[in-house]
Amino acid sequence: MADPLLRVDNLVRRFGGIIATDHVSLDVGDREIHAIIGPNGAGKTTLISQLTGHLAPHGGSIHLAGRDISRLPAWRRSALGLARSFQITSLLPDFTAADNVALAAQARAGHSFRFFADARKEKPLRDAAHAALQRVGLGGRADVPVAKLSHGEQRELELAVALATKPRILLLDEPMAGLGVTESARMVKLLADLRSEVAIVLVEHDMEAVFALADRISVLVYGRIIASGVPDAIRGNDEVKRAYLGDQHAVTKHV
Amino acid sequence: MLLLVEQILNGLQFGLLLFLLAAGLTLVFGIMDLVNLAHGSLYMMGAYFAATFVAWTGNFLLGSMLALGATLLLGIVLEFVALRHLYGRDHLDHVLATFGLILFFNEAVRLIWGPAGLALPLPPWLTVPIQIVPGIHYPAYRLAIIVVALLVALLLYLGVMRTRIGMLIRAGASNREMIGALGINIKLLYTLVFGLGAALAGLAGLMQAPILTVQIGMGENILILAFVVIVIGGIGSIRGAFLAAILVGLIDTLGRAFLPNLLRQILTSASASTAAPALSSMLIYLLMAMVLVVRPEGLFPANRR
Amino acid sequence: MTMAFNVRNVVTALVVAGLLLLPLYSALSGNIFILTLFTRIVILALAAASLNLIMGYGGMMSFGHAAYLGIGGYAVGMLAQEGIGSGFVQFPVALGASALFALVIGTLSLRTRGVYFIMITLAFAQMAYYVASGLARYGGDDGLTIYKRSDFSGLINLSSRVQFYYLCLGCLLGIIVLIWRIVNSRFGLVLQGLRSNEQRMQAIGFPAKRYRLTCFVIAGTMCGLAGALLANNTDFVSPAVMYWTRSGDLMVMVILGGMGTLFGPLIGAVVYLLLEEFLSQLTEYWAIIMGPLLLLIVLFGRGGIMGLLGRLNRG
Repeated sequence: MADPLLRVDNLVRRFGGIIATDHVSLDVGDREIHAIIGPNGAGKTTLISQLTGHLAPHGGSIHLAGRDISRLPAWRRSALGLARSFQITSLLPDFTAADNVALAAQARAGHSFRFFADARKEKPLRDAAHAALQRVGLGGRADVPVAKLSHGEQRELELAVALATKPRILLLDEPMAGLGVTESARMVKLLADLRSEVAIVLVEHDMEAVFALADRISVLVYGRIIASGVPDAIRGNDEVKRAYLGDQHAVTKHV
Repeated sequence: MLLLVEQILNGLQFGLLLFLLAAGLTLVFGIMDLVNLAHGSLYMMGAYFAATFVAWTGNFLLGSMLALGATLLLGIVLEFVALRHLYGRDHLDHVLATFGLILFFNEAVRLIWGPAGLALPLPPWLTVPIQIVPGIHYPAYRLAIIVVALLVALLLYLGVMRTRIGMLIRAGASNREMIGALGINIKLLYTLVFGLGAALAGLAGLMQAPILTVQIGMGENILILAFVVIVIGGIGSIRGAFLAAILVGLIDTLGRAFLPNLLRQILTSASASTAAPALSSMLIYLLMAMVLVVRPEGLFPANRR
Repeated sequence: MTMAFNVRNVVTALVVAGLLLLPLYSALSGNIFILTLFTRIVILALAAASLNLIMGYGGMMSFGHAAYLGIGGYAVGMLAQEGIGSGFVQFPVALGASALFALVIGTLSLRTRGVYFIMITLAFAQMAYYVASGLARYGGDDGLTIYKRSDFSGLINLSSRVQFYYLCLGCLLGIIVLIWRIVNSRFGLVLQGLRSNEQRMQAIGFPAKRYRLTCFVIAGTMCGLAGALLANNTDFVSPAVMYWTRSGDLMVMVILGGMGTLFGPLIGAVVYLLLEEFLSQLTEYWAIIMGPLLLLIVLFGRGGIMGLLGRLNRG
């Protein structure tokens, strides 16, 4: 059996006396949507940050397509095909939506030590940007400064930016957070379409979306994976039910 | 040998003074997130006040106490009138505004005291050399500086680590909103902390005054050294500042004392005598460069992320 | 770059036109002093523009930029002292030395961020100051007189005030155009993105350090050019030109004019230096006014003069 696209082995991360990531192991296949769910504070964003290279683990390893990326900085991992969207929207507020996406495309289109030509006039970059924006439904908002976009539009823009880097695997940290009903539905359809092109690790609270999309689900509680498998298996898992029903902070549906 | 011991003590003394300055800077930066370039001006004012009050009262101790009080007061007024408006703003704004304050202070001093420097003569009982070890004598005043500075360092340590106010200060350093939410008068706390920083700077200035000339611009030269100490010692760490200050003080003093002779062995006398001070001045920056290469967060940083 | 007909652009155009026509005014009115004054202003505006590149667009607050004025100046002075008077040698050496210094200092300083970066660039510039003070052969503390201006063998005569002024103005405008191109290029967009949100830029695959360092070196080189011109202007170079308060002056010019705008540094330099000139005629203690003035500008002047003009346009 071939190496999974992303393999995480016994990842450990501590913050002082607290163990935020407790020997987490999981793997993601080439065209798979692997969801990570868990109550608030379970350490989901911490896990994502370690996968993308923004946070260094204290133990364990991460392999991308067989290559050990545990020590690589974030920008290197991005170049190797690992793209991320942030839980708290992280864009370039002074630039337009198109600028943001074009920059992501620029990162993949040769080096950026070019000093004289106007980068905004580079047709291939602009075309790639418009295509990505069209895909997430922001085609008409290309020239709007990010600061003027609605929260939902910004979440969609995050996805467009991630897509423009031509990733092999997408790490999405709560992409549906703050989206309205129509936008949520659009996002779910988009992610389903993307499954055939790119692997997706999806951290989400929206259970409807998770169960509709995921090929496999891993459940993270207090930094530990307590269960991992196909959606039906997770649905019927007693420990998972305890973790959610016994916990006041569980959110099961977005409104 | 005698010279070596003397220079080591000088280095210790200089280092302790640097610590006083660096501690004030770190406190203010750590708690109010304020970059205060005018800290050097407070150091200068301490020296000028001391020279003036000692001359007025004729009594060294009384004059020094008055100078300390005056600098503390000046610091509080400065915070109240000008600096409190800078909290929460970009560091660049701080740099610019306090740069303006430096210009103002230098000019105001020139207006009031004239462009020539002042001298602060020591009373006879402080110029007596004290025998610390049989055969080795050291000026009483410099010894006094070491003692006073160590005492202040100890008090600072105890104050910050053991008292309730110190706890608030440390809490403030990590979570501004929280202490505000606790109902503690943040404005008063900040003013007091700034006053403390000013007093530390003023103390360093008035203690240094009899040894160096009291002149315009003396604050800026030593301010930069204080910055270097903070960078070498580590961000936000008073303990780091202490160790780094001693290190910097020793290297700078020993370098200036012994480097010229070393150079004279290698270069011609004329080149050596002008190259030496320049090279000695560079030593500290070279040290800082080395630390930056090896440990960018400083040698003893406070936060262990 | 859209040429909208608004207050900001009109004022900018007027200032540039004024600078272009200044020698004419000087010749007609017989006022030589204004020509030498504005030569100095133009040179320092060039230095400010280079600082604006790293501060306004790159987000790096360097408090040691005046060091390059000194390096460029000393390159010219030291070579002149050794009998090498050709500008074709002096100027490239000035640029090269500045680039090298910027490379070394940048590599070290960029390991830090924010306020520590400010402190470190300040410290390194002071180090340069001390090194220059120790150069006995080249005047040390007293400075170095330059007896003959850089020789460009017939191409341009730097001893002619008018020719020298236009050279400086040409360099300034050329550098501004260069900065304009850089800022909108691939490199410039990455730089601005890094200033805006470094985390996001890392996430899409841009390593921050190499872009920032490149920018730092480019800016240092540009300022080295200003230094070489300044040394010619004063026929003199001394460590004082690198003293940290000069770096502060440059920062003020950038912020006063409007950080992150193309012509802000030019406007800022003009206003700041004219103000300094005017105030020092008024009183020997002009810094007493200048100091609090800076404080007020920081507290109330958002975006500098360009920002103010922009608001006037809307209001």
